[in-house]
Amino acid sequence: MIAGRAPGLLRRIFRANQVVVVIVGFLVVWQVAGTIFKAPPYLLPLPSAILAELAARPKIYAINGAYTLYNTLIAFALSTVIGVGMAIAIVYSKFLEKTLYTFLVALNSVPKVALAPIFVLWLGTGDASKIGIAFFIAIFAIVVDAVLGLRSVDPEMLDLARTLRGGELKVLLKIRFPNALPSIFAGMKVAVSLALVGVIVGEFVVSKQGLGHVILVSQGVFDTTAMFGAIFVLAFLGTVLFYGIELLERRLLPWHVSHRSQRASTGH
Amino acid sequence: MGGAPQRPAKIRIQGLNKVFPAENGDFRALSGVDLHLGDGEFVSLLGPSGCGKSTLLRLIAGLESITSGSLEVDGRSLDGPPAGLGMVFQRDVLLDWRSILDNVLLPVEFAGGRRDDYVTRARDLLVQYGLAGFEDRHPWQLSGGMRQRAAICRALILDPSFLIMDEPFGALDALTRDELNIELQRLWQTTRKSVLFVTHSIAEAVFLSDRVVVMATRPGRIVETIAIDLPRPRDLAIRETASFGRYSAHIRDLFERHGVLRTKPS
Repeated sequence: MIAGRAPGLLRRIFRANQVVVVIVGFLVVWQVAGTIFKAPPYLLPLPSAILAELAARPKIYAINGAYTLYNTLIAFALSTVIGVGMAIAIVYSKFLEKTLYTFLVALNSVPKVALAPIFVLWLGTGDASKIGIAFFIAIFAIVVDAVLGLRSVDPEMLDLARTLRGGELKVLLKIRFPNALPSIFAGMKVAVSLALVGVIVGEFVVSKQGLGHVILVSQGVFDTTAMFGAIFVLAFLGTVLFYGIELLERRLLPWHVSHRSQRASTGH
Repeated sequence: MGGAPQRPAKIRIQGLNKVFPAENGDFRALSGVDLHLGDGEFVSLLGPSGCGKSTLLRLIAGLESITSGSLEVDGRSLDGPPAGLGMVFQRDVLLDWRSILDNVLLPVEFAGGRRDDYVTRARDLLVQYGLAGFEDRHPWQLSGGMRQRAAICRALILDPSFLIMDEPFGALDALTRDELNIELQRLWQTTRKSVLFVTHSIAEAVFLSDRVVVMATRPGRIVETIAIDLPRPRDLAIRETASFGRYSAHIRDLFERHGVLRTKPS
């Protein structure tokens, strides 16, 4: 062993920036393999060419990326608020559990992407249809996880609450809802990625802007590099959204089991 | 009830039956239960798993309704949990997202009281129960014994006249259990709350109680009520005395006779 420190340091850098390290590593392998095997650029452009394309036309990617992001965030926010509301209604109503929840679970097994053209018929060719599709795809994850979280309260905790004679609203606000938050966040992490998928699908069906539009138009003129440019931006957006929610979760739920070890090791 | 001094009744139960309907025949959880808990009395329910002692507690706490017979708390029959009741369960059921202090204050929020009026009392209780300095910690940062102490503080915050404790120390190690038994006895002696205490442990029941109610299974029923005539305050050494041993032996004998306990090695 030359030094115990160097591997330790490497490991620490790796852990702190795990995502960045993995992605950069992937791009390096791609670049090297693409160069060695001389992949034709119209099939698989090199990462360096894609990054050059992004640098050459930053405005196009920024504007279209912002448009896609904007619709994604609206759909995500709507699915979170309405999804949690529906979950609360389902947990408190036997009737809604038997009807609405059963229907949602059945509907969830339909490939929802197939409904995208119908949303265009219903909501038109503008933003509304993209938001509608994304909302529709994302809300299931929220409802299912929120119902699970709201239900999985310790029965003895509920007994205790009943002997305190505080009423159902207090049980919801002080016990059920906080107890469900880790589960709701798990649903949100899935939902935010699904919302992005939904918006892109909507843009594939019909659009005048957005990253899905850039991909379609570039495909029409065999500009594979531009297609990958849009995909790079999409991957970046998806990753940032996911980790943004994870960061929010760490801030709001420091008490949750999955975050305790880190806190303990940083000392309190 | 023989020569036992009659105090005003906290709980009066007569001819109580509890049946849980089930598809393959109803399940008779409790049959013909008579029980009296005087105001300020410490009574233990002692019996094996499945003898209905937890069901009986849930009926008295107003969490379940009786099938037949009568059950009165403070002279009134129940249509829900009675006022002035503090509960402690085997598991502490503290809320993970609240600090220890906020957990202790939870009953205040449910009762619609002003939190500020109780913060001082909550801190005093935590000091009394050896949790000074842990007010702002979270439950997962405390040991099992400390968590159960916090749960007891929570049960006491609104100064209930009546405590129901369902195997509160069952999950703790023997030493912590002894310690908490001593603390509970002190609490009872200084405040004279009515306490109904459920346990599996013969020694714990005899040590703490004015009376021990021995229960058996199939159907859940009371087989004998034993007045524990030992001087108070009791210290742990009392468990090695002859009179303590006689009470324990008598209860063990009851269990053997009712087929609850088989002590002969086979």
